[in-house]
Amino acid sequence: MSTRRVVVVQAGLGQPSSSRLLADRLATATRDALLERGDEAEVVTVDLREHAHAMADALLTGFATGELRAALDAVRDADAVIAVTPVFQASYSGLFKTFVDVLDDGALRGTPVLMAATAGTARHSLVLEHAMRPMFAYLKAITVPTAVFAASEDWGSGGTVDTGLSGRIDVAAGELADLLTGRPPRTDRVDEFADPVPFEQLLGH
Amino acid sequence: MQFGIFTVGDVTTDPTTGTTVSENERIKHTVELARLAEQVGLDVFATGEHHNPPFAAPANPTVLLAHLAAVTERLVLSTSTTLITTNDPVRLAEDYAYLQHLADGRIDLMMGRGNTGPVYPWFGKDIRDGIPLAVENYALLRRLWTEENVTWEGKYRGPLQSFTSTPRPLDGIAPFVWHGSIRSPEIAEQAAYYGDGFFHNNIFWPMSHTKQMVALYRRRFAHYGHGTADQAIVGLGGQVFMRANSQDAVREFRPYFDNAPVYGHGPSLEDFTRETPLTVGSPEQVIERYAGMADAVGDYQRQLFLVDHAGLPHKTAMEQVELLGTQVVPELRKIAAARKPAHVPDAPTHASRLAAGATKHEDLEVTR
Repeated sequence: MSTRRVVVVQAGLGQPSSSRLLADRLATATRDALLERGDEAEVVTVDLREHAHAMADALLTGFATGELRAALDAVRDADAVIAVTPVFQASYSGLFKTFVDVLDDGALRGTPVLMAATAGTARHSLVLEHAMRPMFAYLKAITVPTAVFAASEDWGSGGTVDTGLSGRIDVAAGELADLLTGRPPRTDRVDEFADPVPFEQLLGH
Repeated sequence: MQFGIFTVGDVTTDPTTGTTVSENERIKHTVELARLAEQVGLDVFATGEHHNPPFAAPANPTVLLAHLAAVTERLVLSTSTTLITTNDPVRLAEDYAYLQHLADGRIDLMMGRGNTGPVYPWFGKDIRDGIPLAVENYALLRRLWTEENVTWEGKYRGPLQSFTSTPRPLDGIAPFVWHGSIRSPEIAEQAAYYGDGFFHNNIFWPMSHTKQMVALYRRRFAHYGHGTADQAIVGLGGQVFMRANSQDAVREFRPYFDNAPVYGHGPSLEDFTRETPLTVGSPEQVIERYAGMADAVGDYQRQLFLVDHAGLPHKTAMEQVELLGTQVVPELRKIAAARKPAHVPDAPTHASRLAAGATKHEDLEVTR
């Protein structure tokens, strides 16, 4: 049995927020799915709302500090990431994208990512495929095939296990757990300050 | 330990008055700042190199530094930085060697890559080649200074056949070089490889990052056999604003901070002073803060302060230089001298390197 570090990044703004609600459901389902496969989950949730000012500062100064730095480090060192955003004006929210913009280069390379989004209408559901998935592909993350979309109507209806929100959550969490099963736990990223390219190599000798 | 000021020569509107100095005024003010730095006992003045507004820093720092060499007597004249990427290393070798003669050796250089993307194509280069350009150009520059007859071929400029860079460096000693980089481990590695100085311009960065870069340079300096890690030659940037009463300093500086071109409209003055070396307060507070820098990076050789940016009036910048020279630096010198072990060297100067060369020569004579 190994312990998987799962970091949930959610960009919901409201209190309560449906994005946070969905994020919690996905985290619980992922924890259960990992347990079924013999692994434990250590879940850290990052509510981006709390870092809004720090993210704007980081864009202007070029460095992140304090709790934002800790959140960025958690994502970099995560075995898996669950990313949840509300849909604003037909795409992920600006706050969500800002977090992606201040991530360290390569922070998500090779990281399994479960994507999810919330909106007032199901007509936004392909945002996950048209906006989120290409962005994570660019970041070289490994996205799970099922992305979970929850519109207002989903919260009020049950649906069958196959088609309802609960079913989609379980399928996606299972896919994420499958990606993690058998993978060696994430070893820490290469520290470029610990291990520089020798100068002879830079000189081309 | 050396203390001094460095400038980027920005022409920025004073946010409290809406007035903007002319380029002519900014350039003359810069000369006055450097002269005052010498008068109040500072050791170093360094100028940036810029090719675009809103800067009135020289495109070729040797123009300003040659003038300063004529109107100062003691001050070490340096750069912050000389662009090793977009300048032809042949011209750098020639211009800085000539400057070295005019200034009787009172010069050194800080190499930088430049972080303004559009500058590269203006000189036929590509910012994506920044590191390889810095590596190749500097390797050639060193050869031009140390070898009389250079035959060379590389990727980024035309080949040289039996080329002699003139004039030859003063007393056969190439100017001392610092390598400046904020984020690139490759440049710390380059400085370490050659046993040159490493300058971390940390003014907009948290100390945790500076510490990491300096530690890398020190470790690699030792790896390449130039001495122990604590003998490596380290410089840091700094940024201060002082008034006798610290509340007055904060009140006066805040509008400049809030509107500063680099970090304005972002973090609060309080956050930024906590996270970066920016210190706004009384001279005593500045002394306390900067006396602690060596705890993070080890005993170091050069501390430069930025005092004349973000639209601060010239008179105010002059007052800052005066405060540094009369109140802050004398104290910092005492503190640094008291803590520095004997085996940690001072910043190399032309005179010290000439003397060291002479000693080496004598040793050789004795051995013979």
